[in-house]
This record gives sequence, C-alpha cells and structure tokens, in this order.
Amino acid sequence: MPVQVKGEVVSVRRAGRYHVLTVTAPGVPELARPGNFATVAIADLDSTGLILRRAFSIHGVQSRGIYGGTIDLVVADTGPGTHWLTHRRRGDALDIVAPLGKPFALPRDPVSCLLVGGGYGSAPLVFLAEHLRERGCRVDVILGASTEDKLFGALEAKRIASTVTITTDDGSIGETGLVTDHMRAAIDRAGTDVVYACGPMGMLAAVAGIASEAGIYSQCAVEESMACGIGVCMTCVLPVIGDDGVTRMLRSCVEGPIFRGDRVRWADVGTIPPDTLGAPDEEGRSR
Amino acid sequence: MTRAVVRQGHVAAAAPNIDMSTRLGSVGLPSPVLTASGCAASGRELDQFFDISTIGAVVTKSIMLEPRSGRATPRMAETPSGMLNSIGLQGPGIHAFLERDLAWLRERGARVIVSIAGGTTQEFEDLAKILRDHGGFDALEVNISCPNVADRGQVFACRADTSAAVISGVRRSTDPSIPVFAKLSPDVTDIGTIALGCVRAGADGLSLINTTLGMVIDVDTMRPALAGVTGGLSGPAIRPIAVRCVWQVRDVLPEIPLIGMGGIRNGSDAFEFILAGADAVSVGTVVFNDPSAPARIQGELASIAAARGFTSIRDAVSHAHRDPDPEPGDEGDDLPLPEWV
Repeated sequence: MPVQVKGEVVSVRRAGRYHVLTVTAPGVPELARPGNFATVAIADLDSTGLILRRAFSIHGVQSRGIYGGTIDLVVADTGPGTHWLTHRRRGDALDIVAPLGKPFALPRDPVSCLLVGGGYGSAPLVFLAEHLRERGCRVDVILGASTEDKLFGALEAKRIASTVTITTDDGSIGETGLVTDHMRAAIDRAGTDVVYACGPMGMLAAVAGIASEAGIYSQCAVEESMACGIGVCMTCVLPVIGDDGVTRMLRSCVEGPIFRGDRVRWADVGTIPPDTLGAPDEEGRSR
Repeated sequence: MTRAVVRQGHVAAAAPNIDMSTRLGSVGLPSPVLTASGCAASGRELDQFFDISTIGAVVTKSIMLEPRSGRATPRMAETPSGMLNSIGLQGPGIHAFLERDLAWLRERGARVIVSIAGGTTQEFEDLAKILRDHGGFDALEVNISCPNVADRGQVFACRADTSAAVISGVRRSTDPSIPVFAKLSPDVTDIGTIALGCVRAGADGLSLINTTLGMVIDVDTMRPALAGVTGGLSGPAIRPIAVRCVWQVRDVLPEIPLIGMGGIRNGSDAFEFILAGADAVSVGTVVFNDPSAPARIQGELASIAAARGFTSIRDAVSHAHRDPDPEPGDEGDDLPLPEWV
C-alpha cells in the first residue's frame, strides 16, 4: 500500500553522471521492498508547467537515524523535471508517493543469484542484493554502461557480491562490450539459479533471452514511460503473457515493474500483438 | 481496509459552513466534486489515498462491450501544463467491469457514474441495456467524444445528428430514473448546437469537456511522439477552453445540469467552473500529479465558496452569468447629483 508524504531533502550527491537524492519519507522505509519505486512531483502546480510526477526505483532505505525514515533515489538529469530535482538543496520539500509497483520476488531457499544492471538501472540492485544476502543467497553482479561515468553502484556491489563484472561499450573501465557478453560465463561459474535485471529494454530483452536459453528463471524491472505511477492512466502498458497463455497489455506501474523475463513479449513492446486480448482487427476496429 | 495517507503540513482547517450538496437531474450528490472518466480507473487505486465514498461520485473509465487492448505505445507525451494521451479505451469489457469494478464500488459505498463508449449506436444501446438490467449505479455518462479512434468520423460528438442518435438510443434503453449525461468534445464549431441536439434527444445533462485533439512531434526522432500520432490534450492548458464551453452551453441551456471539467488543479479552478455554470466538476489529469486531489479540491472549494459568502454551493452555480452589477450612479436616482456631472 503506497503512501503520499511530504518529504524533505536530506542530501543530493553526485555519482558519476547521476545524482543520489536522500529524502525523508516517513513510513516508506518500513514498507519498501527491492524493486519498488517512488514518484516525485516537480515543484508545485502553481509554479510549474510539468504536471506529471517522475518515477525512480528505490535505491535504498534507512528506517532509523537522525532524520527518521529516508529513501535514496538515483536521478539522471535528462530533462526539465529531473533537472529541477537534481538542483534541490537540503531542506527542500518534495511530494513523494511510495512504495509503488510489485517488488522483485525473492527465493525462499538460499540459491545462487545473478544481478545484471545497465546504466542507472543498477539503482535497485544493491538494495536487492542486501535482501538476497540476508537469505543466504550467493550474489554475483554484472554492471554495464556505455561509458564509465554512466556506470552506477559498482563500489557498493563489490562490498556485497561474490563477484562483480564491469563492462563499458567503450572500454573506459572494465571489459569492453555488453553485460550480456559475460552472462553465460557468470551463470556457469556461479551455478546461477535466478537472474535479476534492471536497465534499458533492449538489455532486458537480451538478458531474458539468455536466461531462458540457460533454462533459468529471470525477473526484469522494466522502464516504461508513465503518467500516474498508480495504475489509473493506462500509459505504461506492455504485452505480457499470463498464466493462462493469453497476452494482455499490462500496466508496468502496478502489474510490474518487475515481470518474469519469459513472459514479456520483448520483440512486440510498443505494439499491440494481434493475438492480444481485445486487439483491434485488420481494419483497426476493436473486435 | 486501512488507509495510510500521511500528508504532513496539511493541517485540516475547521470545516467551512457551507452546504456542498448538488443535483444532477434526479440524483442528489453530497458534493459537486467528481473524478473524471479515464483518470480514476474504477476508484480502487485512488481509494488508497483518500476515501472515495467522501467525494461526490466516481466517474469510471469508459467501458465498452468487449475487452479492448487499446492503442500501441508510446501513449503519452507531457506538454506545457498538460499532457497528450492516446490510450484508445483499453478496458476489460462490460461484464468484467460489472463483476469486479462496479461490485467493488458499491461495496465501498461510493456513488457511481458509469461512463460508456461504443463504436456504433447499437453498441451504446447494448451497454445501456446491460447496465439497466444490472443496476447499482447512479448515472450514465455517454462518451461520444473520445478522440482516440482510428477515424475522426467516428467521433459522434462532432455532429449534432450523430450525437442525438446515440443519446436517444441510450435514453430509450436506460431506466427513466437514471440521468444520462452526454460527454462532448470542444473540437466543434458551435458546442451549443451539439448540446442542444443531445438535450432534445433526451440527455438529462452534459459533461463538458473531453480532451481536445493535439499532436507532438519528437524533434530528435523527427516523428510523432505518440504511436497513435494524435492524442487528447488534457490538463491546465485546456482549462480556459473548458470554461468557455461550460459558459456557452449554460447560455443556451439555462436549466440543464452540467458537469464541468478540464484542467482543474485546485478549489479555485473548480469554483471557476461552477461560476461558469457547472453543477458539478470532474477532476482528471491533476490526479496524476496528486492522487489525493479530489478530496483536497473538495475541501478547498468549500473554503473558497464560503469565503465569498455562499452558504450553499448551488447558489454559486452560474453566478458569473448574473446581471451586471448596478452602476454606482444607477441606484442613486434619489440623491441630488453634483452640478458638474
């Protein structure tokens, strides 16, 4: 159950190309699980033309301490809304709604887990790794980005994971290439039972494919553009196969953002596959 | 169910002394603040943030006969003080709606205005009949103005005759005690003519306005930003258009119940619609910014109207249409005028 709270910025620190915001959010740390996300309103409606909240996966929570409960959000300054956010100062108020979405499903048994992150998609993975380690799981991490400054969370991952593999497209740090180039070897080495992934859609599609080929289960956190984040606007849908074998357009904000990798029709994201429940016929009319 | 809304710094003021009840035809509501169709799903999600039985009514997302996948993504683009959407009426179909959503709303104690949409006049009639046989709702809103259809000719609300055909079919197929509201598009030459056509066809009231057709081109990809190319523009950007439509229709139809909507952010915006002639208001896109908005706006509206001396919100309806205030000299006929006037 999400709550809407008036948070206060505790700190904004730079991490490569990104900013990590620590914000008070009373009640949220106790509720938040890895894979949940938070939305933040941009300024107030009297002074902004940006009416849509911005969504960020929760990077970490602190339920105690001098500020009470706080959450950490990783923000990439890519547009006017995120620009405003990265320029907040300590003490500024923020309207927070969290925790939102379904969290990563955690294994009951102490299995071997491979966590794959692309860019700042790695934001929820350290939070996840902590929970997996608490359950006695083995955790291996592969993090990738186009360049070193777009890599996120490598140091924290090294603290908690058995092995950490870093890739960059340009070789500015770690191995040259893509995260998926190293998945097979990591799976063989660690005897991986389950793959967790967060990053761009193209990466998730490739990760889910490799996991399926290896006969293992994958959980992917998708990033779809959202208007509301709470399940009312129907903007953030993608085609997902249900337990009954039927494809439906599911909302990534409430039915996700975590989906089983073998259930998302990655190649069809952005379209309505013709066999989707309620898909239009050839003339574009609804059946 | 417990509701865990923590809004710090939001101190509840003493309840203003004003009767907020309103009427939509035969139906009385305790408050004029409603959700807007398509911006509240069927109430369940928003009920996490405020008690949906405390607002005037929940207007549900337009439901069609069959399950419908909607349009391809991207379905949304943010615009200055607004957004474009191109959802295409994704929904579970009337039967799943009745079983899951309407049943839940009734159990929750919410008042319900069911929005229906169809591709043909017959589909609207079939929906009305299914709803008539089922019952359990307070009013119908007939969405004849969704802009997200493949063919612009399918937007019934673009013409008075096609609007009237749908409305008379729905009115015929609906229990006479249930008010039927026609939801109109602002994208017409004269909204008064369309409104009149709907009322003559049996509409008990009008909902003004649906989104206005818009478009965004992504200058990086140099292609339309939405998969559906065009979309419906909503949010504060369209509020002056919506207020104008309510004003114009109120001029043509002084007695007919109107639900006003379009870009309402706060109680002041809601009050503007009421002054223009709305008996009730729907709050839509603002919910994406503030999921507690309907409850917040209800409180703000009460304070604003009470502060202007109204003891009943119904007295404020159409107040901006009142006769011009007398000129300072007009009522002073008995007073001796100074020589130099």
